[in-house]
Amino acid sequence: MRRKQVILFFLIIGWLSPPAVMAIQRFPKPEFESGYVVPDAQLPLPRAELLAWLDVTVLLLTLSLATYLVLKRRSRMGVFLLSLFSLAYFGFYRQGCVCSIGAIQNVTMALFSGSYTVPLTVLFFFLIPLVFTLLFGRTFCAAVCPFGTFQDLVSFRPVRMGAWLNAFLGMIPYLYLGLAVLFAATTTEFIICRYDPFVGIFRLNASFGMFLFAGLLLVSGVFIARPYCRFLCPYGVLLNWMSQFSWKHMTITPAECIQCRLCENVCPYDAIDFPQTKKNPAGQRKQVNQLILLSLLLPLLVLGGVWTGGKMHLTLAGVNSRVRLARMIQATPVSKDQPEIPEITAFRSSGVQQQQLMTEVATIEDDFLTGSRIFGGFVGLVFGITLIRLIRTPYRTDYLPNRGTCFSCAKCMDYCPVLKDKTNN
Amino acid sequence: MDKQSRRQFIRLAVRGTLFGGIALVTGNLILRQGEPLFGKNRKSGPTVWQLNPAKCIQCGRCATNCVKTPSAVKCTHAYSMCGYCNLCSGYFKPGTKTLDTGAEKQLCPVSAIKRTFVEDPFYEYTIDETLCIGCGKCVKGCGAFGNGSLQLQVRHPLCDNCNECSIARNCPAGAYRRVPLSDPYLLKGFGKEKV
Repeated sequence: MRRKQVILFFLIIGWLSPPAVMAIQRFPKPEFESGYVVPDAQLPLPRAELLAWLDVTVLLLTLSLATYLVLKRRSRMGVFLLSLFSLAYFGFYRQGCVCSIGAIQNVTMALFSGSYTVPLTVLFFFLIPLVFTLLFGRTFCAAVCPFGTFQDLVSFRPVRMGAWLNAFLGMIPYLYLGLAVLFAATTTEFIICRYDPFVGIFRLNASFGMFLFAGLLLVSGVFIARPYCRFLCPYGVLLNWMSQFSWKHMTITPAECIQCRLCENVCPYDAIDFPQTKKNPAGQRKQVNQLILLSLLLPLLVLGGVWTGGKMHLTLAGVNSRVRLARMIQATPVSKDQPEIPEITAFRSSGVQQQQLMTEVATIEDDFLTGSRIFGGFVGLVFGITLIRLIRTPYRTDYLPNRGTCFSCAKCMDYCPVLKDKTNN
Repeated sequence: MDKQSRRQFIRLAVRGTLFGGIALVTGNLILRQGEPLFGKNRKSGPTVWQLNPAKCIQCGRCATNCVKTPSAVKCTHAYSMCGYCNLCSGYFKPGTKTLDTGAEKQLCPVSAIKRTFVEDPFYEYTIDETLCIGCGKCVKGCGAFGNGSLQLQVRHPLCDNCNECSIARNCPAGAYRRVPLSDPYLLKGFGKEKV
């Protein structure tokens, strides 16, 4: 009976105490007479570190094999089979995490935040494809990235999109990359991971919105080949830059192009540049004038971007949880009748002063001002350069893969009738 | 210098610059990790997500915000802290008069806590993890009136270890953080010590 009274007493005390709970020894450790042994807490271990390194090794091996298959063997079948393996391993077995696309954010956060250290395995996931692409082109996209290979499986009826549509939709990844870097640099959140369309399918478990997004991408992917890779993937931006200056790159023809035009309609990604032997299709004078106008417009676009970014910084900062908390506290009147908001309850019990939070938030908003301006300027620059690249008509005699946008998938190779010249090798 | 070789030279120069950039970023990231790159005390090892029970306010979002259903967060029982009470405030709803295992008397919405008699007046409480959804109702009860031996923890074999934990993003108390893989649990003992 005494025990019940003690419990009752603590019940009353408990009701009066604040909600945040810490372990307090209210009841003594029982002394068992029946020989009962107190069990240990069950703490199962996470996936071993060795397996994280196995992932890095598999990445390195698949990437090397993909490069060999594309550049040396010129085998679409090989690339296809390898891509199935990658989809199974990185997609369905590893469930898409950590991936090279998402690793952008870990690296950014580590560069800007003092407290976060990027694990070496994640750093390697970010670096290895970049280095490979700088050497051999985007073989990572061809057969290693589970996202790309997944979309490749459904691209049955690709349609041509036209240069302007390709260029304008192609600016979305730059926006996405810019935002992802902004939010990662301010330790706000990882938007690439949050809006990742395919992990839900890899895990066979996601919210309705995620499944809808993935479904839309896959269905549109039947007609617009690899929509995520071309018009969303932020890592693709970096790979595009690397690939444009790569040491080696796959070619459509193994020897000399004979201008047979058989590869013209093959590429589902509109990544084949057609010959451009007429120097000035639109008239030399007109083109030069347009280019001069655009180069004058470029600084204005950048400045406009910086200005717009500065105007938007408070909205963007609203994504940050600390900023959100501060705004929530300011918007909520202090009264007992209000239903409890967990954020505010947690803040009150954390012992941090409101003033402290406001100073912290002011710093974050300052960071966002700088970041949003850089982001805005970047978007302006990308817009300007996209326009310039659309107008420019570089001289080309052959059908060549566009080094930036070509995924090195090797689909075009089978259509080239030219045989490798055996006498030269 | 003809046009072709000029182009090649520019490409070579840019390629070199890009290599330099990659090396610079890598060097920076590796050097800032401090001395031990390998071994036990290094910072550069893989991390996993864990929640700090000392910050947790049992809002119930662990149950609903995990990408897995049911959540990878489960109630974990630190038996060494448990009082083995007959009237367990983590097991029974407040105001329960007869202490038996009737479902209507249990705080746990899925009856994941098993109550077994040890000896008078002690009862052992075990969590059935296959049932537990990580809502934290029992944790709240135990922490408010008991010893606080029931605590929410990310159970690593169940966790997908997302690059950014979806519960962490929504945690109102900021209780989640990345912890080194070598020390993956944050069970709180009495005061500040770990269990």
